[in-house]
Amino acid sequence: MKTSTVGIVAPQRARFDEPLTLACGRVLASYELVYETYGTLNSTRSNAVLVCHALSGHHHAAGYHRADDRKPGWWDECIGPGKPIDTNHFFVVSLNNLGGCHGSTGPVSINPENGAPWGPDFPSLRVRDWVHSQARLADLLGIDCWAAVVGGSLGGMQAMRWALLYPQRLRHCVVIASALRLSAQNIAFNEIARQAIQSDPDFAEGHYLTHNTLPAKGLALARMVGHITYLSDDAMANKFGRDLRSGSLELGEEEIAEFQVQSYLRYQGSQFSGSFDANTYILMTQALDFFDLAREYGDDPVAAFRTAQCSFLVLSFSTDWRFSPGRSREIVDALIAADRPVTYAEIEADEGHDAFLMPIPRYLALFTAYMQRVRGNC
Amino acid sequence: MRLDLTHIQRWIEPGSRVLDLGCGNGEFLQRLAKERQVRGLGLEIDPDKITNAVSRGLDIVEQDMDAGLGNFPDQSFDTVVMAHALQAVHYPDRVLEEMLRIGRQGIVTFPNFAHWRCRLYLGSRGRMPVSRFMPYNWYDTPNIHFCTVTDFEALCEERGIRILARDMVGNTPRRPLLASAWPNLFAVTAIYLISR
Repeated sequence: MKTSTVGIVAPQRARFDEPLTLACGRVLASYELVYETYGTLNSTRSNAVLVCHALSGHHHAAGYHRADDRKPGWWDECIGPGKPIDTNHFFVVSLNNLGGCHGSTGPVSINPENGAPWGPDFPSLRVRDWVHSQARLADLLGIDCWAAVVGGSLGGMQAMRWALLYPQRLRHCVVIASALRLSAQNIAFNEIARQAIQSDPDFAEGHYLTHNTLPAKGLALARMVGHITYLSDDAMANKFGRDLRSGSLELGEEEIAEFQVQSYLRYQGSQFSGSFDANTYILMTQALDFFDLAREYGDDPVAAFRTAQCSFLVLSFSTDWRFSPGRSREIVDALIAADRPVTYAEIEADEGHDAFLMPIPRYLALFTAYMQRVRGNC
Repeated sequence: MRLDLTHIQRWIEPGSRVLDLGCGNGEFLQRLAKERQVRGLGLEIDPDKITNAVSRGLDIVEQDMDAGLGNFPDQSFDTVVMAHALQAVHYPDRVLEEMLRIGRQGIVTFPNFAHWRCRLYLGSRGRMPVSRFMPYNWYDTPNIHFCTVTDFEALCEERGIRILARDMVGNTPRRPLLASAWPNLFAVTAIYLISR
């Protein structure tokens, strides 16, 4: 366990019995959200920061569950004492979104109506459904207004949606490596991931839990495709190049050569398929595909952002091709045209989309500087 | 605070919207925010200066002026400031036009290349001037478009840009008589308030 960490943390569970009408029109009669908190809520309840997770994320963003945990939470580089989201000053809330598979109500939960897992019958979700459910969690915790709502990638989309749906309930919106909506290419990659899962015979039309099977191969393949889009050409070149894991490319060699990158991807895939739910992955990728910040504002992001009342920090990474700097610039330009306070930087980084999780010095310095300003407004 | 920035301040209305092109570490914007309660936005490309400016609580957008300012709507700012950057951009004339498209008024400061010391240096040594104010060699300098007070006013005339006010800062800033009387010879820094 590293120092400068929030230490050992324990997830908490909140139950909501007030029905939630979802964007798809269906109603969830009740649901549970699993979340963690780091730091201390101040007496005026003005120092709370909401962390929204990305596609495959969850509530465990910082610290360790057990002293012998090999790895800390997924965003431990940015959350903790002396880190950008400094837990000496902020009260951080990080949850597993509705529809997730890490404890919050989702496809692996039991549908109270029939006593069987929801599976593929779990309602389709939109980003706004997460925002509304997060607002109820804020109510429960007594937080009227977040000091900041923060997220990378799909998390950034939740943060932006917060700024439009609850303009009075956040003072700052931090949007990292995100986009106003997915491009056709983004959707295409997500479709390959879904097809990989759905074409696995063990998927059983999504009813694998009742069939006692698991579409592990399909989910692993989905993750492999996704993982490539999180890395950059540079990052893969630096990490693997054309290094061989076995065999040889010499003439006369009969053994088929295997590249390091092949076994790495397979390892990532199998790790993921052992810890994530296939229906959840489909649900989350669909929420990504369906997200379009400005759709109901006449497809005009400027009009959309005029609804917002908070200040924005937008960050992108030079080699991110999933949500490239150009996509962040669309956000920034719309904010400028809407006359909203915005700070933007494009961080030089080799790591592609995954850079938002990495300890890149300029990224941490700028994020820290901005969060100090957020502190000043607490 | 650089002297040319002190001069600029009185042309900026309290509570107005200010865009600072090439805002550096945000020293000027911070002062305007404090003393003039402006709503400011700074453009900068240097990573360390951006972080420094953000730590002052300012809004900064990383953007290269040379790549265009087309993302800023017409007349979306009251004042667009460009302090000591005119000589460093690829197309100074286009940037000036853009400043006055985006802002109601523009404020420009630049080093006057026709200052007598420059002339003397060039005239006597026959080499590009290197001084405390212009510490770069010709082959390695951000300053690629030096101009003079007369050059600038000629450009404004040609483009129909109105000069609302000007301030000349000489070698001895407290005694600006020479710089005011013969700016093209005695002004070290020229400061202009311009509009359409």
